[in-house]
Amino acid sequence: MIGSFLTALRDGVLIGIKGTGGKVIFPPTEYDPDTAEETSGIVNVGPGAVVTSWGWVSQPLKQHPLAHPFAWALIQPDGADTAMLHVVDAGSESAMATGMRVTATFRPADERIGAMADLVAFVPEEAK
Amino acid sequence: MSTIPATRQGHRPVAIVGFSQNHSVRSDSTSNEVEMLLPVIHDVFNRAGLTKDEIGFICSGSTDYLIGGPFSFVTALDAIGVWPPKSESHVEMDGAWALYEAFVRLQEGDLDTALVYGFGKSSLGDLNEIYNLQLDPYTMAPLHPDLVSLAALQARAVIDQGLGTEEDFARIAARSRRDAMTNPYAQIKRDDDVASLMREPYLVSPLRRHCLPPISDGASAIILAAGEKAFELAEHPAWITGIDHRIETHAFGARNLAVSTSTAKAAAIAGVGEGHVDLAELLTPFAHQELIVKAALGLSDSVAINPSGGPLAANPLMSGGLNRLGEAAQAILDGRATRTVAHATGGPLLQQNLVCVLEGA
Repeated sequence: MIGSFLTALRDGVLIGIKGTGGKVIFPPTEYDPDTAEETSGIVNVGPGAVVTSWGWVSQPLKQHPLAHPFAWALIQPDGADTAMLHVVDAGSESAMATGMRVTATFRPADERIGAMADLVAFVPEEAK
Repeated sequence: MSTIPATRQGHRPVAIVGFSQNHSVRSDSTSNEVEMLLPVIHDVFNRAGLTKDEIGFICSGSTDYLIGGPFSFVTALDAIGVWPPKSESHVEMDGAWALYEAFVRLQEGDLDTALVYGFGKSSLGDLNEIYNLQLDPYTMAPLHPDLVSLAALQARAVIDQGLGTEEDFARIAARSRRDAMTNPYAQIKRDDDVASLMREPYLVSPLRRHCLPPISDGASAIILAAGEKAFELAEHPAWITGIDHRIETHAFGARNLAVSTSTAKAAAIAGVGEGHVDLAELLTPFAHQELIVKAALGLSDSVAINPSGGPLAANPLMSGGLNRLGEAAQAILDGRATRTVAHATGGPLLQQNLVCVLEGA
C-alpha cells in the first residue's frame, strides 16, 4: 500500500483507500485503524485540502522541511476522511486558520523520486 | 491480618510494596546508567526490607536509542548484581509497562515478588531525532517533525474543540511547578503566576515553554508482592485492583487528537469510575495532555492531579510512567490515601495508554 501511495506521489497525485463503511483513509493503510478490517479500493483525493490542526514554527530547526517560518499541519484532502502530517507554506502565522483551504505543491515532474520529498508543501488555495 | 480488596484483573492479587526514585536532573554528567540506578535499587530494597536474593522476577523498561548502544538494559543489571542468575525481562517501553509484565508474571503463582525499574538518560542525545524514530518511517519520519511541533497540533485540537485554552495550559504548568516545591525529587520547582507565564513567547504556537516538560535524567524502581507476602513487606500495601493498557493507530492524522479513546477504554476495564479517587498521577508531559487524559479517565475537578508536580516538573524518559505508579502507590503506602489512579503513555501524542487503579485495605 505504501508503494502505491509513494508511486502516486511521483505522478503528482494523492491517493487514499476505502475502509469500513466506505470511509476514505489517507494516507492509505492495509487495514482500517478503527475496525482492523482489510481496506480495498484506491481513490484519488485532493489536491485541494482542509487544515484540521496546525502549529506555527517561527524558527525552523535545521532538519525541518522548510528553512523559513511555516506551519506544521494535519491536512485532510478533499474526498478523504482522515488527515496526514505535512507543512503549510503560508508566509505568516496570520494567514493560518483551522479549516482553511490549501492545495498540494509538488516538485517538478522530472525531479520526483517516489518519496515524501516529492510533495514540497501545501499552500493556501488563494495563493496558488 | 488485613483483607485484600477485590481485584478486577488477574486471579492473584498483587500490590506495590516499595517505591524509590532519584532526583531528576537536566544532565547527570557524572553517572552512567548503572551508577544512576544503583542507589535507587538499594533504596527500594531497603524500603521493602528485602534483599536481591529474595526477588523472584526482575523486569525493566528503557530504550537503547537514548544511549545509542545495543542491549544497554543488560548492562543495567549490574546495578542489581544478579548472581546466581535470576529470571529477568525487559521492555523497550516506559517502566510502567515493565510493571504490567511483572504483574502478569506474578499471576503464574510460582513467585511472590518482583523488582521493576525504569531508567533514562535523556541528556545523551537529540530527543527530536531519537523520537522521530517512533513515527511512521515512510510518511512522517522523512519530514522530521520535532516533539514540540507535534504536541502543538494536539494542543490546537484541544483549543479548537473547546476543551481547553492557552490559559488552562498555563494554569496546569503553574500548579505543577508549585506542587513540585514540596517534592525533593522534582526538577522544576517554582511559584509562577499565570499572567507572567502567558507573556512568554510561543515556541511553536499555541505552545509556550511552560507547556513543555523539562528534559530529565532519572531512574526509579518498584517492588511488587503477591498475596499475603505483601503484608510482610508493607504496612499498607497498594493493591493493584485494576490495570489495563490500550493502543491506537500510529497514523495520528486518523485520530481525534483532543480525545484519548485508548485511555477511556483502559480506564473502563481498570474500573477507575467504580469508586472515589483520592489523587491521580498522570504521565501527561505536555500541559494540554492533562485535560485530555483527565477527561478520558472521567475524573472530577475535586481529584488532585499530579500532586507530586508530575511530568511538567520532572520528565525522566522511560521511568516517568513508573514514577506515576510509584507516586500513586506511595500515597497509599504512607496512609495518605485509600484509592488512587496512575496513568502512563507511550508513542506519539498519547498513542498508547496504561491505566492502573491502586487501593489500600
